[in-house]
Amino acid sequence: MTLMTLFGCIFIAFGPATVIFLVAVARDHFHVIIMISSAFFWLLSLLISSIWWTIVSPLKTQLAFGVAFSVLFQELFRYAFFVLIKKAEDSELVSLASKSSGLFKHKTAFVSGLGYGIMSGLFAMVNILADITGPGAPGLNGESPQFLIISALLTCAFVLLNTFWGIIWFESCSEKKYGYLVVVFGSHLFVSLMTLLNNKESYLGSMLSAYLVLVVMAVLAFKVAGGSLQNLHSIFARKLPSDMRSEDVTVVSPTT
Amino acid sequence: MSDSEADENTCLMSSESTSQLCPTGDSDTPMERDLDEQTNEEIERLERLRRRKRPEGNDDGQSSSQDNDRPNSNADDDEYDEEEELKYGFKSVMMLIVPVSLCLFVVVATVTSVTYYSQSSGQYLIYTPFHEQKGISKAEKAGHAFLNAIIVIGVVLGMTILLVILYMKKCYKIIAGWLILSSLLLLFFFSFIYIQEILQVYNIAMDYFTLSLIVWNFGVVGMVCIHWKGPLLLQQIYLILVSALMALVFIKYLPDWTTWFILGAISIYDLFAVLCPNGPLQILVRTAQERNEPIFPALIYSSTIMWGIGMANENEPGRTTEEPVNTEAFDQVSDEGDGPSRSEASHAVSALAGQDRESNRNYEDEEKGVKLGLGDFIFYSVLVGKASSYGDWNTTIACYVAILIGLCLTLLLLMIFKRALPALPISIAFGLVFNFATSELVKPFTDELASKQVFI
Repeated sequence: MTLMTLFGCIFIAFGPATVIFLVAVARDHFHVIIMISSAFFWLLSLLISSIWWTIVSPLKTQLAFGVAFSVLFQELFRYAFFVLIKKAEDSELVSLASKSSGLFKHKTAFVSGLGYGIMSGLFAMVNILADITGPGAPGLNGESPQFLIISALLTCAFVLLNTFWGIIWFESCSEKKYGYLVVVFGSHLFVSLMTLLNNKESYLGSMLSAYLVLVVMAVLAFKVAGGSLQNLHSIFARKLPSDMRSEDVTVVSPTT
Repeated sequence: MSDSEADENTCLMSSESTSQLCPTGDSDTPMERDLDEQTNEEIERLERLRRRKRPEGNDDGQSSSQDNDRPNSNADDDEYDEEEELKYGFKSVMMLIVPVSLCLFVVVATVTSVTYYSQSSGQYLIYTPFHEQKGISKAEKAGHAFLNAIIVIGVVLGMTILLVILYMKKCYKIIAGWLILSSLLLLFFFSFIYIQEILQVYNIAMDYFTLSLIVWNFGVVGMVCIHWKGPLLLQQIYLILVSALMALVFIKYLPDWTTWFILGAISIYDLFAVLCPNGPLQILVRTAQERNEPIFPALIYSSTIMWGIGMANENEPGRTTEEPVNTEAFDQVSDEGDGPSRSEASHAVSALAGQDRESNRNYEDEEKGVKLGLGDFIFYSVLVGKASSYGDWNTTIACYVAILIGLCLTLLLLMIFKRALPALPISIAFGLVFNFATSELVKPFTDELASKQVFI
């Protein structure tokens, strides 16, 4: 039973991310490295958040405070990572690789978002997963029996959300559309703060908000990456216009 | 016990497999295809091919013969060269990240599932005479750990110097014997213990006859692959397994604090040994270059790309014709190849790209193949394994990512400086920082978040 729960939770939480990684990223050496670096940046942001949380000890019990600042630090590090990538591109390190594919920019954004998401998902979930294998059952410690499934679903949502945020964030930074930055930051803050409700076992609010925001962000990311209804239509009509740039195409783009 | 593995054929294998890869080397996929396929007959075929091309003339013909596989031998398209270089740069990073990840995975999986390796048995290596008994103060513990680390480094230094002297005096036979003995120990005895523990954990009954048959087969194939020849993939797998076994031994038999001190000390030692003009490893590398020999194909994991070509080119003109070179190279490498004792050469260096910079072409060739000392594998694994033995997965993951980033940075530096670099310092420094930061600072925060199901 524990084993089944374990694998169920693993597949729910990391199934989509794994598939995206295997299909779109794994064969592309450059982007795997980008992904690892962005995961590292997430790690740094978490470190800063924890230090902040530890320093401001009076507010330790008020998680909302820690969460809000953690979101802030994450987005700041996302920006730092964007700057880094920009520098790398300017220094011709990457320019050659980027020449080979018009989708390069969006793919870099998408991959760095994915790295962010996978890392945050792992940190949120992996210790819970390790506990499942132990001699226990769902509803650890007298909590709600839905604890595990909710955690897994939310992890999945956050992995995907971070991917979309990555795309939008990079686009808005490089195109100087600062409205999107506010959207990303606001939605991230909103979803994170909504998960505070989980503690009171009112899962509906957090789940609903997370998945609604996920849908909105997916649409927005699709649009930002150059997708449109027309593009979609032509995909199904099997006529790819030459300037087609959507995630769906990114996925099948040739590796450099 | 040492993880000595002389992969004599590394040099040869790589040169061949690379030449094989070159013609199609335009896209990535051929490089990625199963190394298995590089069976002997294919290799021979390519050798023949190369031999045919060789006689075109030695100076120019040599380079062009090697390079007419790749269309970029001339300086006319620098850009293309650069692109190639970049591509191989990323590629070589990946070709190290994958085996390092595999090695770490084996160690972490073992440490977390087999308690034998994470519990200390009260026995320790003789190199660490101070044991951290319970009930001594932290200062005392740190003092003991520090002394232990000094002793271990002293031993490593002594071994390295011995090895360098042996190598300078060309006592290849002794080095070979040393390495074969230690790999025998690892491949038979430690794998026997390992299998036994695994069987115990999963409660599988197995008679001694079957077990000995398995161990015998495993060990003999390993010895053949490492010290003589075998498919490259198999050899790489054995090298990874051997370093994982060695790391597990370290994790089990080193006292708790001492492990951390040794990790720090060894990376500092590595820094000096490789970069100091008279550091032992630097001397080793230099001597090998003067003799036009591969720098210890032994204890070094080679990702086998272009490197071998550079080597082959340089060796062959000075020597004899192709055919004899082949066999000779085997003997020779088997002699000298059985590099240093474990930690020494191993962490020794990612002896990356160690050749001299005589020509531009050589530059490129060096860059494209990257070698990582097995000691690097071992100490990375010790770090991550030790981190995972405390039971917090977040720390393990943080250490893993930190080590990979360190490796990437080292390779970036390698692309810039184009000389042998120590692979331990950056990675281990990151790993140590993130280990302690995560377990002390991040863990309380993430635990709080996870228990309240708050996502950030």
